[in-house]
This record gives sequence, structure tokens and C-alpha cells, in this order.
Amino acid sequence: MNLSEEAERLQELLKSRRHERRRHDTWLTVQIARNKDRPRTSEYIGYLIEGFEELKGDRLRADDRAVIGGLGWFDGRAVVVVGHQKGRTLDEQTRHSFGMAKPEGYRKAQRLFALAERHRLAVLTFVDTPGAYPGVAAEEGGQARAIADTMLAMARLSVPVIATLIGEGGSGGALALAVADRVLMQENATYSVISPEGCAAILWRDAEFAPQAAEALRPTASQLLPLGVIDRVIEEPRGGAHVNPEGAARRVHEAIGEALTELEQLPPRERRLLRRERFRRLGVWGGEGLLP
Amino acid sequence: MTVTVEIARRGNGPQGRRWVCPSCHADHDPAAVKTNLSVCPACGYHDRIGARERIAQLADGATFVEYWGHLRTLDPLEFVDLEPYPERVREAQAASGVGEAIVAGTATIDDVPCVLAVMDFGFMGGSMGSVVGEKLWRAAAAAADGGRPFVAVASSGGARMQEGALSLMQMAKTTCAVDLLNDARVPFVAVMADPCTGGVVASFVSLADICVAEPGALLYFSGPRVISQTTREQLPADFGTAERNLALGHLDAVVPRAELKTTLASYLRLLKGGGQHDRLERRAGSRFGGGRTRRLARAASARVAAAFKNPGSEPVGGGGAASGAPEEPPA
Repeated sequence: MNLSEEAERLQELLKSRRHERRRHDTWLTVQIARNKDRPRTSEYIGYLIEGFEELKGDRLRADDRAVIGGLGWFDGRAVVVVGHQKGRTLDEQTRHSFGMAKPEGYRKAQRLFALAERHRLAVLTFVDTPGAYPGVAAEEGGQARAIADTMLAMARLSVPVIATLIGEGGSGGALALAVADRVLMQENATYSVISPEGCAAILWRDAEFAPQAAEALRPTASQLLPLGVIDRVIEEPRGGAHVNPEGAARRVHEAIGEALTELEQLPPRERRLLRRERFRRLGVWGGEGLLP
Repeated sequence: MTVTVEIARRGNGPQGRRWVCPSCHADHDPAAVKTNLSVCPACGYHDRIGARERIAQLADGATFVEYWGHLRTLDPLEFVDLEPYPERVREAQAASGVGEAIVAGTATIDDVPCVLAVMDFGFMGGSMGSVVGEKLWRAAAAAADGGRPFVAVASSGGARMQEGALSLMQMAKTTCAVDLLNDARVPFVAVMADPCTGGVVASFVSLADICVAEPGALLYFSGPRVISQTTREQLPADFGTAERNLALGHLDAVVPRAELKTTLASYLRLLKGGGQHDRLERRAGSRFGGGRTRRLARAASARVAAAFKNPGSEPVGGGGAASGAPEEPPA
């Protein structure tokens, strides 16, 4: 037997084990991110925000319960809070459309952002959604435009904006509330361009390959940090945020507080330009050296 | 957001190399269809066209100069599904004849200089990854810096799955690119060609000053399959068509391909044709304002304020000094 052959064989084995391990870990994270007992936006508001006053409605036609928002005090500062709300019991989940926002939800967010800008209040968002609501009425009510407008509204704010991913970060519906100066992400949250099931159905032609798709999409906080998609991973208590919501909220509180203190040092105009610059840099491409 | 794979929908005509219309099934000489801008001469069905053909149809003569074509697609996630991502990219390049899903550069359209970016559905379903986002950013930035209008022709299944969350981020990035254009007050016109779905619609395309579509184009964020799977809703037969979107108020116009070039040029001329009434304010703006113009502007606003305070005084041109405006409350 040849030694180098044996070494190669072991290398291959190690590689495939690592692969399996990563697939297992990623899929586990997807499951935790979707855990029904995971603290929701409303619970983080309860832990982090004092004197919360919910503000409802988009001022056009409806109040989408998939997005909640309002005013409150965070460490002595008045802030605007906006987040997806999923609910826990089946009844709650139905009422909140499982956190899938319709155009009226995004328009509610827009009006709250405008309120924040007018009165110089920092904006805190919480992201937890499988994606935007996929329905005929939502589509025909301008879902695409509503998402685009919400992103642009966030991009244009001159007050500090901090987004925290606390569960599922599903596609454009999630990103609409995450065009922020700082994007924080809990250890067991996910953030992805498409659900693992959706990706598997298209690329593997079989939704059963969701774990494989999840692994390939690299949707976890530790995988997204080096890509610059997020700025900080927030640790969770052992076993996940649902095991100890208060402990999870304490760490979220600390991370938001530190980010906010940093952002408060910047002049308003600079915040907006730096936020634009943050998103301009995102992406990986080559060929720069090919032209002078 | 859905990311669509290309569905072969072109009728494979009889072996005589005839072009068979997927809509009316009439067959035609392919050359005749091409000179008809790839629109069926019989029924007006607008066939999908690649970026190069689109540019040839819109740009005057040989005015198109491509930029940013040197940017190369990388594989940051080492993404492998049924085949590795770099393999898919190579196949797409061979099949479409373009290096990435967007081709961008400068051109004139009916003598109007502009920056033109055209997506190619034949390249991985026109999907938006890092290179598409970066090219859109650079094209928009060049338009904003040079004061040239920006024209984008979109045809895309959405964000590219193979670059994961980085593709998702291109939605935010291209949205910020529109912000650049808006800041510079540079006109931005978007054309949606079949199909235009997912992340591209929910970002820069929807934010254009003017947004038009080609007849029969399918436009939506969530597709019929996702909707019926998630909500089990019955979809209208014409769900997502350009015509239905027009009726719903999501588009400025549905423009047939034969009229697209002149229509675009007309939009651009109109959007660039304003500003005569605020010459003073513009000169007094912080960017160009010298001491004199700033003084003039201050004097002008004082006149406006005075007109509000004394309704009987000389009328002031412009400024929206509506009659019966309330006086300022006492301090």
C-alpha cells in the first residue's frame, strides 16, 4: 500500500465528514430559527423597551399584524421600533400571517420610519419572517414596490438604524426591514435569499433536498459574518434563545446598546452615506485587475 | 422571492428552421421575425431577446460602448447543487454569448446620451448576483456623476441562489444605487421585459422614475406556484401580465417593442427638460452657490415671506404662495 494514497483517502474522508457535520449543523440552525417557542419581536420589545406605545396602521387601508411597531424608551432614549411578528399559538400565527408581511405592513414600516426621521428618533428593527406574504391581493396591491420603497426609505434615514435578525430572515421580505447601519444577528437565526425548501425544489428539483440546499446557501450568522452581510453575531444561551428568553434578550440589549452608542457619534449626513457605502461593498466579484 | 430557472418555451419548429410563434403557432422565416424586432408578424407576440439584440434595437448605430465587462463572477460560497456554480456560469456564457446576466455601457437613444444597462434572461435566468449588482451600481454612479439619464431593461427571475445572501444584498445595493440617481436628479427609466420577477422587481426596477413593460410580459414578486402552494388561492388567468399590472396602477405604460426606442427618448428629453423656474435656487444651492446668488436667494425667500404676511402686497411669481394662506401664529 502506498502511503500518499492512504493520506489522500483519509483527506477525502475528513472532507466528507466535515461536509456532513456542516450540513447537520446548518439544518439544526434552520430548525432552531423556526422553533415555535423562540422569542418573538413582541417579547424582545417587552424585555428591551420601556413604555412601549404601539402605533398601528399604514394610513392607507389596513393594519397588517405581521408587522408591529411603535414608540418606546431604549436605555433612556426615545426610539421607533418596527419588527415582523410571528405569534406562537396557531391562532396567533394566523392573526399575524406567520410574520409574512403584506404591502400594508411594509407601508406601516415606511410611515414609522418617516416619523422617526421627523422627530430624530433612532430606529430599531427586528427581523423574523419566512418571507413577504405570497398572495394575489398582496401582489396586486404592490408588494414589489412596497418592499423596494421600504428599503429606499431605510437607506435615506439620517437617524441611527439598527436591524436585529432574531429568527428567520427570509428573502426580500426580511431585507425590507434590514437596510441598516448595523445588522446584528443572533447565533441561531438564519438569513437567506430563498428558503432551503424553495431552493431545493428548483435546483435539486425536489424539496426533500432542503438540508443540502440549506448547507449550500450558508444562511447562518457565523457564515454570513465573514461575507459582511451582518456586522455582529449575538450569542444565545445554551440550547437556543427559547430555552432562556431573558438571557437571550439581555445579550440582544447589550449588542444594540453598543451599536447605538457608536452610531450616535456620527453626524446625521455621514450616517446615511456610510449606510449606502456599507451596502455598496456587499458582493464578491473578480476581474478588477483586468483593466487599468 | 422566486428565482426562476429558464423554461424552454420557444416552439421547436419543423426542421426547415422556421420560427414558430409560441402564441399563435404560425411559422415564419426567422430572418423576417428578426427584422420585425423578434415580434411575431402575425399576432404581435413579443419573443424574448438577449441583451445584445436589445442593445442593437435601442442604441443609435454603433454608439453603444460597453463598460464594466471585465468584472468576473466568483464562487464565494463554493456552491454545488446538481453541478458546481462555476460550471453553470460557463454553460450560461456559452449558451447566451454574454459574460454575465447584464450588459452595461453608454449609448445614445435617438440622439439622447444615456447610460444603458440590459439584462439577459438567457444567462441563468437573468438572475442577479454580485456582478450584476456591481455593474448596476457602477452604471448608476456613472449616470449620476455624468448627469446622463439611466435606462435599465430588466428581464430576470430574481436574485441568484448560488450566491446566497450576497445575492439578496444586491437588492439593497441596487436600491442604494437608485438613491444615488435621485440625489443627482438624474432621470431613471426602467423597462420590464418578459419575465421580470422576484428580487429585481422588488428593488431598483420598481423605483424608477418611469416604469414601463413590454406587451404580454409577466411581472410579479411571488410567482403563481409559490402563491398557490402557500395560500391555495385561485389565481386570475391573466395574473402578473403587463396589461393587468397597467390596469392595477403598477406601470406607467405598456409599450410595444416597435415604439420602445422613440418612447424612451421622449421620456428622457422630458425628464431633462425642466428646471427653468428654479434657476436661482439652483445657483444658490450649497454646491454652486457664491455669495451673490445666496444673497439673492435669501432676498427671494424674504419676499415670499413678506407676501404671506401682507396679502395685499405685490404678487410673487412661483413659490406656491396660495391666496388665503394663514398668517404665522404669534411667537
